[in-house]
Amino acid sequence: MPEVKILEEVCKGCGLCCDNVCPENILILTPDRINSNGYHPAMVTDMKKCTGCGYCFKICPEPAIEIYK
Amino acid sequence: MAEKKLMYGNHAMVEGVIAAGCRFFAGYPITPQNEIPELMSIRMNEIGGVFVQTESEISAINMLFGAAAAGKRAMTSSSSPGISLMQEGISYIAGADIPVLVVNVVRGGPGLGNIAPSQSDYYQATRGGGHGDYFTITLAPNSAQDLYEFPRLAFELAEKYRNPALILADGLLGQMMEPVEFSSKPIDPKSLPEKEWALCGCKGRERRVVRSYDLKAGKLEVLNLRRAEKYAKIINKEQRFKTEYCDDADLVIVAYGTCSRVSDAAVKMARDKGFKVGLLRLITLWPFPMDVLGDMAKKVDNFLVVEMSNGQMIDDVKLATECRSRIYFHGRPGGGVPTPPEIYKRIEEVLGGAR
Amino acid sequence: MKMIFGRPLGLTETLQRYCPGCGHGIVHRIIGELLVKLDIRERTIGIAPVGCSVFADEYFNCDMIQPPHGRGPAIATGLKRTRPECIVFSYQGDGDLAAMGTAEIIHAAARSENITVIFINNAIFGMTGGQMAPTTLPGMKSTTSVKGRDIGKQGFPIKVCEMLASLDGPYYLERCAVDTPRNVIRTEKALKTAFANQISNKGFSMVEILSMCPTGWGQTPVQAKKWLGEVMAEYYPLGVFRDLSKEEK
Ligand SMILES: Cc1ncc(C[n+]2csc(CCOP(=O)(O)OP(=O)(O)O)c2C)c(N)n1
Ligand code: SF4
Repeated sequence: MPEVKILEEVCKGCGLCCDNVCPENILILTPDRINSNGYHPAMVTDMKKCTGCGYCFKICPEPAIEIYK
Repeated sequence: MAEKKLMYGNHAMVEGVIAAGCRFFAGYPITPQNEIPELMSIRMNEIGGVFVQTESEISAINMLFGAAAAGKRAMTSSSSPGISLMQEGISYIAGADIPVLVVNVVRGGPGLGNIAPSQSDYYQATRGGGHGDYFTITLAPNSAQDLYEFPRLAFELAEKYRNPALILADGLLGQMMEPVEFSSKPIDPKSLPEKEWALCGCKGRERRVVRSYDLKAGKLEVLNLRRAEKYAKIINKEQRFKTEYCDDADLVIVAYGTCSRVSDAAVKMARDKGFKVGLLRLITLWPFPMDVLGDMAKKVDNFLVVEMSNGQMIDDVKLATECRSRIYFHGRPGGGVPTPPEIYKRIEEVLGGAR
Repeated sequence: MKMIFGRPLGLTETLQRYCPGCGHGIVHRIIGELLVKLDIRERTIGIAPVGCSVFADEYFNCDMIQPPHGRGPAIATGLKRTRPECIVFSYQGDGDLAAMGTAEIIHAAARSENITVIFINNAIFGMTGGQMAPTTLPGMKSTTSVKGRDIGKQGFPIKVCEMLASLDGPYYLERCAVDTPRNVIRTEKALKTAFANQISNKGFSMVEILSMCPTGWGQTPVQAKKWLGEVMAEYYPLGVFRDLSKEEK
């Protein structure tokens, strides 16, 4: 099963990956946490649903996303 | 004896550049230096070098930046308006510590001016020319032989100090036909050592970056201070000049390029008439040969600065002599060329009865 | 478990200073991947522009040079002609390529220099604070067209792909975008072609990439990607403008 890892310190919380990118819609910006740069990093809500398509990675400008399989 | 050939100055320069191991030329036509790109286009083709006729001098200087950053000897030539366009590029090249050769066959200015020989780009050449704290090593040939030999010297100095070098010539030198002796063995570019800073792909080493900027606080100051040390070293070691009849002189003419040729004849006229006149011919304009002038000022009462301009180098003569001597000027701006009798007359005016 | 997506070796470890949601980073990642996939990293020389991506010389893990504003294609010519064995790419913004460097890009294309140009069209001057670019859309607001670009006074945008396609020189020209994963994948393919063309000595290749500048556009990153797809890509149609490989077949 694929696993998405968000590099929370690298993420700038732009939210591109959270808006109509993930076919399973399992990415959101953390509502209650900020990283040391002051950004709300992205997080995965339901890892089991991830298919490993890599769309979130492809739209990520940093890239702050790693995907393992 | 080495081979001798009767040649135009501009053609001698092309052969000199090739003999110096340069295989990259980029430039845009402008009178009075068109013979350089024209012959270069033929010669580079023959020897497997690169010739690019560019869309502008801006593009030419940046192609040079690329070729030289790749570690290759690269040159461009132009005349005054074109050199003005190159200034941003030269500033970047100086800021990235990259050696290149730029030739300015100076014409009358400002503006489009005319196509007659001139020396009115002296300030531009010796003060850096573009923005920022930098200098370009500047050589002033006065014969076709110099035009043949100076490219090699210019590349050697440019590479030794990792700094752009400029040859400041004028239309008269370029269009004059003179015998040229092919004095030294041509350099095979393959025999030149690879530069430890050249961009060529990072296989087996750390990646390299060529740039002129550093936005981190204090870093650019450090870089500029380091460059100031380099400039001090060049000023210390590379002042070049020739003196003639200076030992007993009451008056020394200070001149470079075409003016030094004309002054040479004037000095001989003056000596024939019994005036004790000498000649200081400057070969490097930056670094300016200030030490020899400083020493001379202790004994010589009069200096006559001869320039094809309204007087630009005269400032440096005043600085170098710390105004200890009397400094006279004879200049012909806007494409005028002084004649020996003209200069002789000025000598007579200055020295009057001192014969 | 094996990493199937992650930071490519073609990028350095240095974290990028672009604004959140900026398209530059997406394109950087693609180039960083291609340097490795095409096995060219160790013989590549990249050219960073003047613009927000001036720092690209710290981000790409290959030899880099940083030239004057707009002159990348001239630098590339000097590099490629003296080191034909190297792969040379010029990365440029729209101020850099379509304003300051208009002459250099046109003539490099006309000479069909064997180089790869990556042209980031974000319709604005990002670095200097959001002024009008030659690519700013009619009616689009910027800090020097506060009421929107007035074509009567400020003229029309330059469509670079269309302009270069009027020349015989270019081998490959394509306009892509990085607003959606689909378009990013299309951009990956285009950039791969543009580098592959150089590897097989085909001549001038350029990929124009419509890219978000949320800061300069005064939008959130999510608004920016929507605006790109709905408005900008209407004005600048995506597609291939030149591909001489088709004619070779
Ligand atoms: C000769 C010169 N003029 C102006 C500038 C200032 N300047 C720096 S970046 C820039 C605009 C860059 O815009 P663009 O190429 O669109 O890149 P972006 O920042 O949007 O990525 C300008 C005008 C400069 N560095 N040099
Ligand atoms: S100003 Fe625009 S182009 Fe520059 S980093 Fe920010 S989002 Fe990117």
